[in-house]
Amino acid sequence: MSDKLWDFHGGIHPPENKTQSTQVPITTAPLPARLVIPLQQHIGQPAEPLVEIGDKVLKGQMICAANGYVSVAVHAPTSGTVVAITEHTVPHPSGLPDLCVIMDTDGREQWAERSPTPDYRDLERTELLDIIANAGIAGLGGAGFPAAVKLNPSQEVSIDILVINGAECEPYITADDMLMQERAAEIIQGIEIVIQLLGVKRCLIGIEANKPQAIAALEKYLLEHQLQQQIELVTIPVKYPSGGEKQLIRILTGREVPSGGIPADIGILCHNPGTCAAIYRAVVLGEPLISRIVTLTGAALASPGNLEVLFGTPVSELLAHCQLQEDKLDRLLMGGPMMGVALEDPSLPIVKTTNCIVASTRDELPQSGPEQACIRCGMCAEVCPATLLPQQLYWYAKSKEFDKALEHNLLDCIECGACSYVCPSNIPLVQYYRYAKGEIRAQEHEHTRSEHSRQRFEARKARQDQEAAEKEARRTQRAEAAATKKRSQSGATTDDAAATKAAVIQAALERAQAKKAGQQATAQDPGARDLKTTKPQPKQTEEPAGE
Amino acid sequence: MVAMSILPAILILLGLALVFGVILGFSAVRFKVDEDPIVEQIDDILPQTQCGQCGFPGCRPYAQSIANGEAINKCPPGGETTIHALADLLGKEFIPLDAEHGEEKAKTVAVIREQECIGCTKCIQACPVDAILGAAKLMHTVIADECTGCDLCVEPCPVDCIDMIPVQVGLSEWHWDKPSPTRLDRSALIATDATPEGQVA
Amino acid sequence: MALLRITSPHLTRSGNTGHVMFLVVLATLPGLTMLTYYFGWGNLINVVWATLIALTCEALVMLLRKRPVGFYLGDGSAVVTALLLGLALPPLAPWWLTLVAVSFAIIAAKHLYGGLGQNPFNPAMVGYALVLISFPIEMTSWLAPKALVTDIQPVMSFSETLYHIFPFLSAEPLVDAITMATPLDAFKHKGALMAEEFWSQEPILSPRSWAAWQFVSLGYLLGGAYLIYRKVFTWHAPVAMLGALLAMSLIFWSYDPSSFASPQMHLLGGATMLGAFFIVTDPVTSATSVRGRIYFGAGIGILIYLIRTWGKYPDAVAFAVLLMNFAAPLIDNYTQPRTYGHQSGRSS
Repeated sequence: MSDKLWDFHGGIHPPENKTQSTQVPITTAPLPARLVIPLQQHIGQPAEPLVEIGDKVLKGQMICAANGYVSVAVHAPTSGTVVAITEHTVPHPSGLPDLCVIMDTDGREQWAERSPTPDYRDLERTELLDIIANAGIAGLGGAGFPAAVKLNPSQEVSIDILVINGAECEPYITADDMLMQERAAEIIQGIEIVIQLLGVKRCLIGIEANKPQAIAALEKYLLEHQLQQQIELVTIPVKYPSGGEKQLIRILTGREVPSGGIPADIGILCHNPGTCAAIYRAVVLGEPLISRIVTLTGAALASPGNLEVLFGTPVSELLAHCQLQEDKLDRLLMGGPMMGVALEDPSLPIVKTTNCIVASTRDELPQSGPEQACIRCGMCAEVCPATLLPQQLYWYAKSKEFDKALEHNLLDCIECGACSYVCPSNIPLVQYYRYAKGEIRAQEHEHTRSEHSRQRFEARKARQDQEAAEKEARRTQRAEAAATKKRSQSGATTDDAAATKAAVIQAALERAQAKKAGQQATAQDPGARDLKTTKPQPKQTEEPAGE
Repeated sequence: MVAMSILPAILILLGLALVFGVILGFSAVRFKVDEDPIVEQIDDILPQTQCGQCGFPGCRPYAQSIANGEAINKCPPGGETTIHALADLLGKEFIPLDAEHGEEKAKTVAVIREQECIGCTKCIQACPVDAILGAAKLMHTVIADECTGCDLCVEPCPVDCIDMIPVQVGLSEWHWDKPSPTRLDRSALIATDATPEGQVA
Repeated sequence: MALLRITSPHLTRSGNTGHVMFLVVLATLPGLTMLTYYFGWGNLINVVWATLIALTCEALVMLLRKRPVGFYLGDGSAVVTALLLGLALPPLAPWWLTLVAVSFAIIAAKHLYGGLGQNPFNPAMVGYALVLISFPIEMTSWLAPKALVTDIQPVMSFSETLYHIFPFLSAEPLVDAITMATPLDAFKHKGALMAEEFWSQEPILSPRSWAAWQFVSLGYLLGGAYLIYRKVFTWHAPVAMLGALLAMSLIFWSYDPSSFASPQMHLLGGATMLGAFFIVTDPVTSATSVRGRIYFGAGIGILIYLIRTWGKYPDAVAFAVLLMNFAAPLIDNYTQPRTYGHQSGRSS
C-alpha cells in the first residue's frame, strides 16, 4: 500500500521474547479489594481530587478533575468507597511516593451515568475534544501526554499525516499487539474519530513485521469497511527502537522532527492504538478511561499473558494472578527491559502509562558486570538512533562538562538504551545521560531562582534606602523648623501670634509637599534619594502639621 | 634629493596610517561588542542567597571584590559548581571551598514553629529577600518558595523558633544520580577510575 | 526477594572488553603462524616474553594506583599491546629490546595518561617508535626467511632462537644467525639502481623470499577480515588506509616504475597489513565517527607513503599512526555526525 519506507540510523535487535505472552487471549484481571489511584498518571499538572474520604463513588465517576490545560482527569475504575487521599509509592524511577486516592471496591461494578454519542459525526470539534478531555485520556503509549491537548494543535501548524504507532518494538511487550488482534474495530473507529477531529487526509499505521496476526486483523477490518484508501497499513522491519515516535515518523514519512520540537511542527501527529481505542470508547460508548491492557510476562510467571486491568490495581495482585514463583523473581520491571522502570515495591499500582510488567529471573536479565574503562570502540555511536556520539556524551557527563554535552546534542537523546545494550565495557551510559540531563535542568532551575532572589534582594535594598532617605529628610525638616521657631521667638518678641502660626503652617505644608514629591520621585525611580532638591509647591490646604 | 625621494614615501605611509586609523576607529564604534561588565557576569554565577557567609554584605559586593582579585572559593551555598564556573569565567585555577566560610550543605528552607513565634519582626528585618511575612505582635511565617536558605533569620530570633529544614526532593525535581562504580552490589565492588575526585592516580 | 532500583536498560548484549580483546588475539594467529613458519620461533618467543612483561608492568602499575589487579588484567588490553609489539619487533630482537619497548608502552604510553581508554597515543606504537629511534641496528636486522636460508643452512631451531634472544641462558657460543634487511629497507637503500636491476640483484627479493613476506601480510589480512566479520571494528579505517596507500603508490609507480616501489610492495611488504587491521583500528586512539575514521585511516595511508618514500625510515607505520593520533581529536571535532532533527552536526 505505502510505496516507500525510510530507515533511521543505528538500532539493535535484542531477543524479542514476545511469544510467551501471546499464547492466550486477553482476559480480565480479578477485581482487587483496594485500588490505589495516583493523581498524576500523565505529563502535566497533577489532577485535583473532587472526592473526600468516605465518599461513595460509582464506576466511571470523575474523582479528580484536570488542573489546568495540560492535565488529565481521573475516574473511579469501579464502584466503592474512598478510604484515604494520601501519599503512596507510585510507578516512578525514584521510588518516591505521590498523592493517591485510595478506595475500597464494593464488587458491584455499578456504573455512573454514561452519555454515549454513537453519532459523533454530527458533533462540533470542541464538543468532541470536551468528551475526550472529560474521559481522562492520556497517551497510552508510555509518555502519557493528554490526548485532548495533542488533538488540539495550535492553529499555526497544519497537520497532514496521522501516524498510529503500532510498532511496539520493545522486547516482551505485547499489549498493543493483542489489542490490535482482538479489538481492531475499536482501534479503527477511534482512528476515524481522530481523523475527523484533525481533518487529515492520510493516516499511516506502522506495525513491525513480527506481528502478522495484528496486521491481518486490522487489514480485514479495513477491507470490510472500505477504509483502506484512507488508512494505510504499513509493515515496517523489526528493529529497536522503530517504535520511538521520532524514529517511526522517519521510517514512515522520511521527515524528521526538528530538535527540541514536536511532530506537529512537521505536520504529523502520532498516537498509540490503545489511545485510539480509548477515544472510541469515550465518544461512542461514553466510557471514561478506567482500564487498559497490560502484558504480564517474564520467566518468573507461570502463566504469562495480557490482562485488562483497572487503574490502581496493585502489581502484586496481578503477579499473584499470573502465578508468580517468588523464589525465581529477580527483577520486577514496569515497561520493557530496554526503557522500563525497575520496581522496588510490588504494591504500587498500574497506571495509564503501564503497558507491561516483567517479572524476570536472574538468568533472564542478568545483572551487567562492573563498569570497565571506555575503549572508545564506537559501537554505541553505530547503534544510536539519534545519530549522537554516545561516548563523547559519556565523557562529558562523567567530567560534568555539561555545556559540552549540550553542544553534542545531549538533549536529543531519547534514552532508548541501545548504547548501553551494546557497550562491551558495561558502562551504564543511559544513566550518565539521565544524570547529566537532570543536572542541567536543576542548574537552569537554580539559575532562575537565584535571578528571582536577586530581584527581591535589590527591591528590598531600594526600599530600605528610600526609607532611610525619608527619615533623613524628616530629620532635616525638623531641625529647620526648630531653628525657625527659635529665630522667631528670639528675634521678634513683639510679633503677633498669627505670624508665628503662619510660619509653622508653612513649614508643615512644605514638609508634606516634600514627602509627597519624594514618594512620587521614588515611584518613578526607586533609587532616588535626594529628596531635598524636590521643589515644594505651594498648595492651599489646611492640613494640620503632622509632627 | 634624498629628502625629495623620502617625502612621497612618508606621505604614503602617513596616508595609510590615516586611512587605517579611520577604519579602526570606525569599526571600534560601529561593531562594538556589548559585553556584560565582569561584575555582572560574576554576580550571575553567584547563587544569590545573600547570606553573607563570604564576609561581604550580599552577593553583589562579593562579585565586586572577586572582580578586584578576591578569592573565588568563599561561597559555601554555591559550592563546587560555583567555584568551577567562576574559575572558567575568570581563567583561574579551581580551588576547593574555603572551610573558614562554611561547608557546602544540602539546600535548606527556613520554617517558623508558628505557635512559638512571639511576633517580634526581627527575622523579617533580617531576611534579605523579604521571604518572611508577618506584623508586630502577630505570628510570622516563611514563604518557602522565596526562601534562599541563607540562615540569616535564625540568629536574631529571640525564642529560637526558626528551623532550617532540608529541602525535600519531589517527584518533579528528582533525577538519577551519577552512576557509581558500586552501583549493583557490594560483592562486585571494584574501584574504577571513578574514585573520589581530587585523588588523582 | 530484594528488588533493585536500577536504571534501564535492563538487558545487555553478552560480551565485554575482555572478549573483544580475546577476538583480537585470536585474529593475530594466522599472521603469527606465518611468521613462525617463515622466520622461525623468534616472534613466538617475543610474543610470550612481551606478554609476560606487559602483564607484570600492568599489575605493578595497578598495585601502585591501588586498583584491583585481577579486574584490570582481565580486560586483556595489555596482552594485545604486548602481542602487537611481539609481532612487530624483529624475530631475533634481544630480550632487553622487547623489555624496553613493552614496559615503555605500558607504563609511559598507557598508564601515565590514565590507563585504558585515556591514552592519546597507541601504546604499542609508542614503544615501537622508542626502540626504533634508540636502537636502529637491532631494529632493522630481520632474520632471513626460511625459504632463503634453507639453501644455505638449516633454519634455526627453537633452542638456538631462544639463546639468541636470551644469550645469558646458554653457556655455548651462539650460532650465527643470517640476518638481512627487510624488503622495504633494502629497496630504500638500493641507491642508484633501477627497480628492475634491484629485483634481479638482491637475493632478499627472490620470488621465494618475497613470498614469505607476502604470506605474513596475507595472514594479517585474514585475521583482519575475521575481526570485521565479528564486528569488532568496522571496515572504514583499514580500507581507507589501504586505499590511500594504494592510490599514492599507484600514482607514483605508474609515473616512474623504475624508481618508485610498486603498490604490491607497499601493501604486502613491511607492516602495512599489521598496521591496517591491528593498529589503525585501535579504537582508543583513533577518531570516533565513521567519517572521522575514514579520514584517520586515509591520513595514515598517505603519511606512510610519504615517510617510506622520502623519509629516513624504510617502514613508517608507527610514525604515521602516532602523527594521526595527534590529529584524532581535531578530526572528531570536525566530523560530528548530523544528529536526528538537526540541520548540521554541531549545535551551536
